[in-house]
Amino acid sequence: MITPASAPATIRIRLFASYAERLGAELIEVPAEGIRTVADVLERLRSLPNGTVVGPATLVAVNLRHSPAGTAVRPGDEVAVMPPLAGG
Amino acid sequence: MSFLTRSPIQLEGLIAEVSGPDRGGVASFLGTVRDHHQGRAVRGLEYTAYEPMAEETCREILLEAAARWPVRVTLCHRLGDLAIGDVAVAVVAAGGHRDEAFAACRYVIEELKRRVPIWKKETYLDGEVQWVGVGSSEERSGTTAP
Repeated sequence: MITPASAPATIRIRLFASYAERLGAELIEVPAEGIRTVADVLERLRSLPNGTVVGPATLVAVNLRHSPAGTAVRPGDEVAVMPPLAGG
Repeated sequence: MSFLTRSPIQLEGLIAEVSGPDRGGVASFLGTVRDHHQGRAVRGLEYTAYEPMAEETCREILLEAAARWPVRVTLCHRLGDLAIGDVAVAVVAAGGHRDEAFAACRYVIEELKRRVPIWKKETYLDGEVQWVGVGSSEERSGTTAP
């Protein structure tokens, strides 16, 4: 049996509303290396062009749950990086 | 069960969903599209959501309300393009009496605004378009949100 080479471990980052527009993507996949927490994901995003749009009021959800900065992030996780909410 | 819709919200359907012969108090809240925002005339707006999380979070909030008060409660939030006066969100709570119905209805709309990932983009009468929320202020000023 032939085992396919494993894909590099990545983290999927979903962006919304003003963040998606300013960063030019709704989904970004980044190498998981060096990313251990939500705070690491935010730091990675802020280093991108227009990354300063990701301000201090940003909310993050890991696998559909609101998650504070210290929350662990693992390869394969879906991390949503969200501007302040405006529903209702 | 979906709590998000791209069609006009039908309040009667939501009331029927939670009403019953033992529920003598039915409270509803409607959030509608305002014609102004921070002094600017609004022409219309568009709602978008992180849909899987929004659905899951709505479900959690409704379960919390039903655990806290003896009520049946439901909600519906509109997505897509809305015009002035359109209903953007509706919450209906039905209980034996008005106290629990009002309390649960209030809880659900407040938690929805705080936790459900939905955003709105306003179009102003002068044609300018802007995402609403603290994020847009940050983007403009590059400083801490108000």
